[in-house]
Amino acid sequence: MIEAKGLTKRYGDTTAVNGLSFTVEPGQVTGFLGPNGAGKSTTMRMILGLDRPTSGTVTVAGKRYHELRHPLRTVGALLDARWVHPNRSAAAHLKWLAKSNDIPQRRVDEVLDIVGLTAVAGKRAGGFSLGMSQRLGIAAALLGDPEILMFDEPVNGLDPEGILWIRRFMHRRAEEGRTVFVSSHLLSEMALTAHELVVVGKGELIAQSSTREFVARATENSVKVRSPHLAEFQPLLTEAGATVRSEDGGVLVSGMDSESIGELAASNGIVLHELSPSQGSLEQAFMRITGDSVEYSSSLGNGTDGGPGGEGGGGPGGAEQQPEPAAAHT
Amino acid sequence: MTLLAVERMKLFTTRSPWWCAVITLLLVIGFAALMTATSDGGFVSVGMSQSGHFFGITVILVLAALAITTEYRFGTIRTTFQAVPNRTAVLLAKTGVVGALAAAVGLLAAFGALGVTALLSSGVDLSLSTGAEWRQVAGNGLVYGLAAVLALAVGILVRHSAGAIALLLIYIGVVESLTPIIPEIGPTIHEWMPFNVVEKFLSGDGATRAVAEAGPPLSTSTLSPWLALGYFAAVAFAALAAAIAVANRRDA
Repeated sequence: MIEAKGLTKRYGDTTAVNGLSFTVEPGQVTGFLGPNGAGKSTTMRMILGLDRPTSGTVTVAGKRYHELRHPLRTVGALLDARWVHPNRSAAAHLKWLAKSNDIPQRRVDEVLDIVGLTAVAGKRAGGFSLGMSQRLGIAAALLGDPEILMFDEPVNGLDPEGILWIRRFMHRRAEEGRTVFVSSHLLSEMALTAHELVVVGKGELIAQSSTREFVARATENSVKVRSPHLAEFQPLLTEAGATVRSEDGGVLVSGMDSESIGELAASNGIVLHELSPSQGSLEQAFMRITGDSVEYSSSLGNGTDGGPGGEGGGGPGGAEQQPEPAAAHT
Repeated sequence: MTLLAVERMKLFTTRSPWWCAVITLLLVIGFAALMTATSDGGFVSVGMSQSGHFFGITVILVLAALAITTEYRFGTIRTTFQAVPNRTAVLLAKTGVVGALAAAVGLLAAFGALGVTALLSSGVDLSLSTGAEWRQVAGNGLVYGLAAVLALAVGILVRHSAGAIALLLIYIGVVESLTPIIPEIGPTIHEWMPFNVVEKFLSGDGATRAVAEAGPPLSTSTLSPWLALGYFAAVAFAALAAAIAVANRRDA
């Protein structure tokens, strides 16, 4: 259980985290979702007592981090896999960590085995690939057999096999009844990993809900329509209350389901070549919801090749969201 | 105790402390050998055997500064504070371990230098009989240890290896040695500069030398030898206290 209350962190004039309150419950994977620069890492550092909050509090298992006697036995965290001395061996790195929290030295071999690094235990950590470093970081997080696990962007830079391994690993820990808190900037990844989401943008809480709820609320359903009589059909659709925008070879209709569109076409004698419902992607949903809270949005996308970054600057006006870059000339 | 063991494990599972220790020994002992081999018998003394200690202290400053700044560079300071949130305890334990290593290297270097001098100059009595002679040789343990404390404090404050080392080397190599040439007040300020003062503890008034001129210039400090050591220790621990206070307040 992690509880944040009004957590705020300012660096001079910049507010990295602003009045953030949320709870992370045990027994499930909770995703900490937000664009880069939304304050996820800062929040995690404050949970671990590394950064001092400007105001507000955060507790783990009911206590502030520095009140924990052997913190590694309560919270295992991987914030950055590179926080290892490159000339120290993997085993030596884990041994001093174990010693510092009175964890028996045989636990080092156990966690090395769990993450599959036994064969390279004596090798310098500086020679490890990113995937191996991540595993070493996870081994360190597991050392104290903690009830709370925390990972900052654990799948960044990993190959598909590594991503799958970490995802399964987190599910297993949650099934054991542990609290698992994992940050990511990718909703598509979180949709597969997390049961619950804490969504932040520009340091503020945007939503805390179950992943399913968040995705359902966020994704906008639209219907693609192709017809030789588009010019006549388009005003009829708009009249019926739908939003229409052109897309290569046809139009994309939102605010109306495919049944009503088909009936409207039939009653007006309009021939349709295509009528296909499509669900908006998770990325679009995420962009729509965090749209105005992207810290570093680019203005590049406002031209014809509108990328997601540029569209994000367009604000939360969800209906304006362009699912395909080619359709930007409205 | 646990923390001392942890910091010992951390220190000795990296390479730079070993390198620095070996370089210190080679410099100090090698310098003694060079001095003995090139001087005629009349100049050989306990005091002369220790002429290279300045180089040893310089390398020890680098060793101690690296011991903490590499933790900042590689982020292991965060891993450490994550495992042990009491930063004061962590930094004191590190100071204890690095200081003890520095003291041991200082003793080894000083007695090694004395030994090699005795080997190369047959017939000169180099036994330690007076308090001044003991301070001149065994005193290096204390001085190296305290120098390491000062360098650690600078390392904690600066956090960058290159910055901390440059600051320390420029201070002892340039600032302290050039201060006396400032007109009027220069010599007075120099009298109170820590590395000049601690020289008083080691060499005193030059009683350990066969000939007063046979060695580097003596300290200009007017303190007694043990007061001089106390002053050096006070400077080192004041710097450490300031560094720990800063480390507790800022984000890791």
